[in-house]
Amino acid sequence: MKNKIANYFDRQTNAATLAVFRVFFGVLMCVSIVRFWSKDWIQSLYVDPSFHFSYYGFDWVKPLGVYTYVLFLICGISAFLVAVGYKYRISILVFFLSFTYIELMDKTTYLNHYYFVSVISFMMLFLPCNAQFSIDSFIRKKTYKMVPNWTIDSLKLMLGIVYFYAGLTKINSDWLLRAMPLKLWLKSKYDLPFIGQTIMQQEWFSFFMSWGGMFYDLSIPFLLLFKRTRSFAFVLVVAFHVATRILFPIGMFPYIMILSTIIFFESNVHQRILDFIRKILWFFKIKQQISLIPILEVDRFIVSNFCRITIVALMSLQLLFPWRSLGYPGELFWNEQGYRFSWRVMLMEKKGSSVFKIVNTKTNSFFYVNNNDFLTPIQQKQMSFQPDMILQYGHYLGSHFKSQGHQNVAVFVESYVSLNGRLSQQFIDPTANLMELKDSFKHKDWIKPLNDEIKGF
Amino acid sequence: MSIKQTFYFSTLITLLITFSCSDPSDSNENLVDNFDRQSILENVTDNIILPAFEDFNAKTAQLEESVTLFSNTRNLTNLETVQSHWVEAYKSWQHVEMFNIAKAEEVYFLQKMNTYPASVSRIENNINTGSYDLDTNNNNWAAQGFPALDYLLFGLADTNSNSLIFYQNNENLPYLNYLQAIASQMSQVTDMVHQDWIATRDAFVSSSENTATSSLNMLTNDFIYYFEKGLRTNKFGIPAGVFSANNTRSANVEAYYNTTQSKVLSLEALVAVEGFFKGKAYNSTAVGASLKSYLDYMTEDSTISTAIITKFTDSEQLINMLDDNFSFQVTSNNNLMVDVFNKLQEGVVLLKTDMLSALSISVDYIDADGD
Repeated sequence: MKNKIANYFDRQTNAATLAVFRVFFGVLMCVSIVRFWSKDWIQSLYVDPSFHFSYYGFDWVKPLGVYTYVLFLICGISAFLVAVGYKYRISILVFFLSFTYIELMDKTTYLNHYYFVSVISFMMLFLPCNAQFSIDSFIRKKTYKMVPNWTIDSLKLMLGIVYFYAGLTKINSDWLLRAMPLKLWLKSKYDLPFIGQTIMQQEWFSFFMSWGGMFYDLSIPFLLLFKRTRSFAFVLVVAFHVATRILFPIGMFPYIMILSTIIFFESNVHQRILDFIRKILWFFKIKQQISLIPILEVDRFIVSNFCRITIVALMSLQLLFPWRSLGYPGELFWNEQGYRFSWRVMLMEKKGSSVFKIVNTKTNSFFYVNNNDFLTPIQQKQMSFQPDMILQYGHYLGSHFKSQGHQNVAVFVESYVSLNGRLSQQFIDPTANLMELKDSFKHKDWIKPLNDEIKGF
Repeated sequence: MSIKQTFYFSTLITLLITFSCSDPSDSNENLVDNFDRQSILENVTDNIILPAFEDFNAKTAQLEESVTLFSNTRNLTNLETVQSHWVEAYKSWQHVEMFNIAKAEEVYFLQKMNTYPASVSRIENNINTGSYDLDTNNNNWAAQGFPALDYLLFGLADTNSNSLIFYQNNENLPYLNYLQAIASQMSQVTDMVHQDWIATRDAFVSSSENTATSSLNMLTNDFIYYFEKGLRTNKFGIPAGVFSANNTRSANVEAYYNTTQSKVLSLEALVAVEGFFKGKAYNSTAVGASLKSYLDYMTEDSTISTAIITKFTDSEQLINMLDDNFSFQVTSNNNLMVDVFNKLQEGVVLLKTDMLSALSISVDYIDADGD
């Protein structure tokens, strides 16, 4: 057994695979940043709002005013440097830190795919993605032909976890038995040419997409893994992600997933991709130093136990972390305790209305807050149905009005939420003074239970 | 399949689907029996918005004429004609305020017509200096429109005959001039917005897609915004003091100086809201495609729409229990005002959560990514 493990970690494979992964990842990240910037989202999501929803324990991560643009610039440049493989280890570290910092600034815009990018870039810190086809290899005048096999396997495993867990979480009664929320979303896509007014409106189509989506997510890692089904699987990946791109506003995510899954192919494919890129570079008169003779040894840092242990630990954490929601009582979709960072994608159509009441506990006089005074429309929308954000905003309001000279401030919320087509019901205990509650990883017993049961994961 | 074939095939699919779908097509023929969103836009535009604006345009023009008549011949009859035309136009206004879209939004139609309470000091200052910019200076929003007329027609003296005496005094001619300036400004701005609706009708009706800037989404968002702000907050919440630590604001009611119309106006606003939701024509009882019928189609029953309509009728009942003069109501028994506010808030919840969820209409005005 011990031998087997040692043997596994000694196995080597063509470094081209990691090089291709690095180039695609870097380019896509660079494009993502440019896209984000060009849509003016830096301004509207990070600079304009006066209040930001921090993650638990990360209150110190705040937007930097106009310097937020500098942060995005650094992030974009480091992504580019990752793509070309220049000072790779520093570049990917800077990318990981800046990207993660950006995501931690405000959880209003939490997306699983941003989390995915953070996880992958963290892994890449420990992987020799610059072994080949990088500026680094020219500078050090050494190009490595081989890399440890486990480095590639770890990325495959991570992708597999994303898909498989996304599939597992779809096994619930709302998704499979009520085709919710897909039914609502698909029907609202009436403006798509040809299919909008026809199959999008059909009940069977919503069910077909729900069940199809579940089977797709659960099986795709395995279909990609086996050589016989791989080509078919890749066509499925492309079709699936392009379809989601058309149906939903999910930005760069489909492209990231499509290009990432190329890692499942054999290394000769990656070799050919590199040759193709070389040809393009050649066309633009960027010549390779052919004098570089590939050497067989592997980067010393990479074989170190430190890297292996880190990656193994991270993979174990990734396998376990999504299950933490099982530790909480109540309905997961309703309470959202352990909902984030678990590859639960597109499972909920949730809308809320939350009105905050500032009460003077001595005189019992009160007034309602106009949320427009403090939050942007997208913040209001996200806050209205997420308990931790409601609490955080309640605290902010409390201290704001205290600082304005209000006395004996208590904050209550009249919050109503509808979930996956159910009628709205009261969400937060209206008698709970938010100022007396603290956010924690403990169960939030001030959330009123959902008057329904959703079976499954 | 070889690797090469796989890649070519995949690229082909990507390109095909991406291009075929990013090409906006407007030849959406009805292929199967399903809900046609464009019919909502057509019904709402042709049977509600355009007739309501036509009526309102006629009434502001009539108001301007009667003001001119009064300034030529200052007698009690002419003053009372102005007052009754003011009431007529103000009631009609309740049917157009929610359509704060396109030209109306661009020229601050809502702010110019109905920013209340009126700023008496600003009005007096404008009258005294005789120079004012009603068009582009937003400090003058509270010095024009219905609330300013309210002050000039009802707030200068305790009775109509005393008002007449005030206006008959030639020293007060600047007041008369200001009255005319405001009436004419209102009629001009209204005509501009109305003409724009006529001109852009076709473009508006054909923008039926589901994006942040499409007609149906903007209409729906404006409708909810009006229900929450224009109706719930402005007409009831602020006077009842629910935004000011229970300190009632009796001077912040609509038609404050007039003292008899605040309830009438709010009931009219509720009629407008309900009519829009149900798709009821402005000039008749005909009912067409609407948010309600769309909601019923999407949810496959009428539970949510019935709940929403119940909130409208419940609110109406509660409003009927109030005094004609809300200013009096908040000082005599404010709890009844708060009751209306709370009932309307229940309506806001249904519109914002249940309805928007079912219609998958986004309430944020940017198309941010989801996952």
